[in-house]
Amino acid sequence: MRSRSMVLAGALALLAGGSAACGTAAADPGPRTVHITIHHSAFAPALIAARPGETIRFVLENTDPIDHEFIIGNQRVQQVHEEGTESHHAARPGEISVPAQETRVTTYTFARVPARLLFGCHLPGHYDYGMRGVISIR
Amino acid sequence: MRHPRKVLRPIVVASLAGVLIVGPVANAFACGGLVTPNGTVNLLRTTTLAAYHRGIEHYVTSFSFAGSDATEVGSIVPLPGVPTDVIKGGDWTLQRLIIETESRRASALTESFAATSAADQARVILETEIDALDVTVLEGGSVAVGEWAREHGFFLPPDAPEVLEFYARRSPIFMAVRFNVERADDQGVQEGQGTPVHVVIPTPNPWVPLRILGLGRQPSELVEADVYLLTDRRPATLPVAERSNGDLSQPGMVQELSERASASLMTDLRSDRGMKWMPEKGMWLTHLRINTPASELTHDLAIDASGYDQPDPVAAGFVLPEAGPGVQPILWAALAAAVLLVLMAEVTRRRSLASPTR
Repeated sequence: MRSRSMVLAGALALLAGGSAACGTAAADPGPRTVHITIHHSAFAPALIAARPGETIRFVLENTDPIDHEFIIGNQRVQQVHEEGTESHHAARPGEISVPAQETRVTTYTFARVPARLLFGCHLPGHYDYGMRGVISIR
Repeated sequence: MRHPRKVLRPIVVASLAGVLIVGPVANAFACGGLVTPNGTVNLLRTTTLAAYHRGIEHYVTSFSFAGSDATEVGSIVPLPGVPTDVIKGGDWTLQRLIIETESRRASALTESFAATSAADQARVILETEIDALDVTVLEGGSVAVGEWAREHGFFLPPDAPEVLEFYARRSPIFMAVRFNVERADDQGVQEGQGTPVHVVIPTPNPWVPLRILGLGRQPSELVEADVYLLTDRRPATLPVAERSNGDLSQPGMVQELSERASASLMTDLRSDRGMKWMPEKGMWLTHLRINTPASELTHDLAIDASGYDQPDPVAAGFVLPEAGPGVQPILWAALAAAVLLVLMAEVTRRRSLASPTR
């Protein structure tokens, strides 16, 4: 009888713990989502504000009939990609290819210091055409 | 990311070499946006004839072969309507027009030193081979045509989505043209050698695509083209061409010539392949020279040769076409009804004032 009570109490405790854990998870909103549309080879919005250390989930919707990409980084990173040779980017934080008429997601955590980063597309001619934007971290 | 310049250079050199070697014949290049695997090459002067007779636009342009290395070089040409025929153009039509106007220019100099994004699939309307060219006429929105082009190995530059939409809103008909390198080799086509194409398009509203010539160019890059018009009457165009000051580098769209076509020109053109549609006499020849930075070439050329001198702003790409019965006619009808009611009320009031009181 005593052991059955202990089992019941344990089960209740587990249930309570489980529901508490679920409650904690539901309360966490997760990273902020920023939706970026790519239309006529332009990002919209092209100016994004972020807080130092913030994690942002970027949802990129390409409405164009041509492929694009989304690369986050400073001027040097943009330069490297502009002169680089990769034809396709695997999904890694802040660097992703977005095929024509498709949507892709990339999540990026910014450094804990104020900065000004850029994002752009480095498919041939796209960056020069104006496919770029600014992320202001402050 | 892959960078285009290293891959492009051989193609660019090949194109320029073609111009230098072949001379004026190679001036004739497609009035279309040239698309390549890794960038856009648009270095040759474009020559086009847009003739309009009895409701049919005859569009003659030439596509120059950029060499065996340029396997993916092709052009996309927006059309004002569904063509009934795409045939090999005459062998000397464009060259004869150049001779007509160049000789005139030479003598003048001696004397005076003086332009819906439906995501449905593009529909192939017509497929044909003209010598080494593969020609496909497509119907579809900008996205559909863009996807078709991409799936068929065309590379589209970053301004292509906007430019395709500019055209698709007015006429969802496009002609994709590409050299088949194997056939070109078999036929002994040389680099820079042009293949003329003649497109027959019934349309009430003729226009010549100009904006497409800037496809893939830097904003400051100069678009150079010669457009010849042959019409039943002196045409009115939109935009209106500037008068020539005799300087070949005069910027803008310059009217080099506007006069009744000479009997010898008419005879020569009528004797070329596919040109029997021309009347024996009485057509008007206009030569327009275009020297415009790509950033300013945001329109097409609308033509009205009906005698009313009212070229269509929609055909020129200055105004978007209205979707279905537009709001404007309804507003005008409402305004007219309101004015009528006010007039009727006023007439009634005056009658009642004029009638003798009893």
